[in-house]
Amino acid sequence: MKPRLGYLGFALLVVAVVVAPSISSHYRTFQLAFVGIYLIALIGLNILTGLTGQISLGHGAFMGVGAYTTTILVVDHGWRDLWTLPVAGLVAGLAGLAFGVPATRFAGPYLALATFAIPLSFIGLLKRFPHFTGGTGGRQLPSLHSQFGIKANSSVWIYWVSWLVALAMLLVAYALVRGRFGRALRSVRDSEIAATANGISTAGIKAIAFGISAFYCGLAGGLFAMAVTFVNPDTFPIDLSILLLVGVVLGGAGSLGGMLFGALFVEFIRITWGPALLDVFSRIHHVDARAAGSSLVVYGVVLLLVLYAAPAGAAGLVRRIVAAASSFKPKRRSAPTVDQT
Amino acid sequence: MQQFFEALMTGLAVGAIYAPLALALVLIYKATEVINFAQGEMAMFTTYIAYALLTHPHFGHTFSYWPAFFATLVIAFVFGVGLQRVVIRPLERASVLTVVMATIALLVILNGLAAWIWSPELKFFPSPFPTSSWVVDGVRISKQDTGTFGVTIACVVVLWLFFRFTKLGLAMRAGAVNPDAARLLGVRTSWLLALGWGFAAMLGAVSGMMTAPTNLLSPSMMQAVLIFAFAGAILGGLESPVGAVAGGLGLGVLLSMLGTYVHPVTTELQLPVALAILLIVLLVRPAGVFGRAVVRRV
Repeated sequence: MKPRLGYLGFALLVVAVVVAPSISSHYRTFQLAFVGIYLIALIGLNILTGLTGQISLGHGAFMGVGAYTTTILVVDHGWRDLWTLPVAGLVAGLAGLAFGVPATRFAGPYLALATFAIPLSFIGLLKRFPHFTGGTGGRQLPSLHSQFGIKANSSVWIYWVSWLVALAMLLVAYALVRGRFGRALRSVRDSEIAATANGISTAGIKAIAFGISAFYCGLAGGLFAMAVTFVNPDTFPIDLSILLLVGVVLGGAGSLGGMLFGALFVEFIRITWGPALLDVFSRIHHVDARAAGSSLVVYGVVLLLVLYAAPAGAAGLVRRIVAAASSFKPKRRSAPTVDQT
Repeated sequence: MQQFFEALMTGLAVGAIYAPLALALVLIYKATEVINFAQGEMAMFTTYIAYALLTHPHFGHTFSYWPAFFATLVIAFVFGVGLQRVVIRPLERASVLTVVMATIALLVILNGLAAWIWSPELKFFPSPFPTSSWVVDGVRISKQDTGTFGVTIACVVVLWLFFRFTKLGLAMRAGAVNPDAARLLGVRTSWLLALGWGFAAMLGAVSGMMTAPTNLLSPSMMQAVLIFAFAGAILGGLESPVGAVAGGLGLGVLLSMLGTYVHPVTTELQLPVALAILLIVLLVRPAGVFGRAVVRRV
């Protein structure tokens, strides 16, 4: 996408974020807070999957690391909840780096299956050390209160905090990927051999991308824990990790703006969109739209259809529409441009 | 010593569950360089089909165990071939990333579908082997463990015979080693990939039906088994079918030994330990114990 269009999109997003809570109910605002939280996680995962080309099925667990870090710091050490966020990100980022350094030595799909083990291992570790993590029962956080003299409902407060962090991290991601570092990431995705030939350490780049993406997810996890005020091993199941990856692909792997669509999908597919889609089908043939597993089937099928029909995701569709619209305007033939993205 | 042999037996039986799934992963990986994430869920789904055959009357009567077992293998084969033809084949020219994502979509769909059709509750699944055990020199040998081990080894040997001694097996090996040359010689490589998926699904079904009696049948039953199988396959070398089987068995024994002799390693820690083994193997000997290092030419 052209940078000017990106700035316009960002400005529109800021306006939407500022306006949304005043036209939404508290419940809807709370849901939108989660969209912001998932957006942070997806921006991170997009750096790894979209830009560096490495699939991870384990980033839900890094959200878990962040969430538990926040919880333990607040409950056991009396920290104020907001100050735990950077630590949550750092701890998750270091965990990601520790995993990434050995795991990313390998090309191709090895990494993906290794990451599949992270969420399951994470749950095992949580249950193994209950005095620290609360075991199966999980741990409770004190309920959320607005700070700095601002009086706000807790749903509205977490909304503002989440989106402030999300917008800031979006800018950070933009700054990170637009320059030399971003080119290094993309070169690893497009051709490891060419990247190596140009003096890029592919394993190093992959490990760093892994660490950064885990940092983002840890940050999202800390906010997640503050929002739900409760964490247990079932809060971060393997389904969440898969859903994050699906969000990246549906939004459009490699596109920052597409992650917004991905985040909306992650938040709404399970409780709103999936059942609504099934309701449409149940008019033709009776299906129980709220049965266990039904939403999984819906998003699996949606993912498959996207892979077939629009491999570049929502961002790709938007790009195609913009390209089609702008190709009508000029009457003279201009020099062919190369799409950089 | 008695404790050692019992841990060894348990480990071999557990490893015998990992080995076929590890072999299935290697079969598909060797042919297409794609790791099939849905392998575990396919195994789980076919185990539910076996469950349906065993519990619901079809054409007026329910199946007894062994007819249901073999019927499930046939269904699994058709299921695997069908999935490759319908879901994977349209992506033949797509990138590896896209194909891997498609297998993840399959994973999600099959997991949801199983919970949808059969409810996510745990279900009892019968074992064809008695729960009693033999006692030899004070060492208890469970009949169920022995049976599991025997079934798995039998399946692996049959598959090996197929690849070693039939023309179709030779064609499949050729298609995996050099698809272009095989195609030039008149081998229909695309269909061979479908066959590979069929065999992988059959191996998965064996693994699933051997897992279900001890772990109980549920939609997430095979997720951990898939990780163990993958760790086993990495241990043996993803390029080597013999390595996959040996790696799966070896991992089972290793985990059983750790559980017996190293007390901090409880069942909750088995997966983290498997993950650690996986990472250590990748660091120390990336090609696995039986694999050869891959040299890439530009």
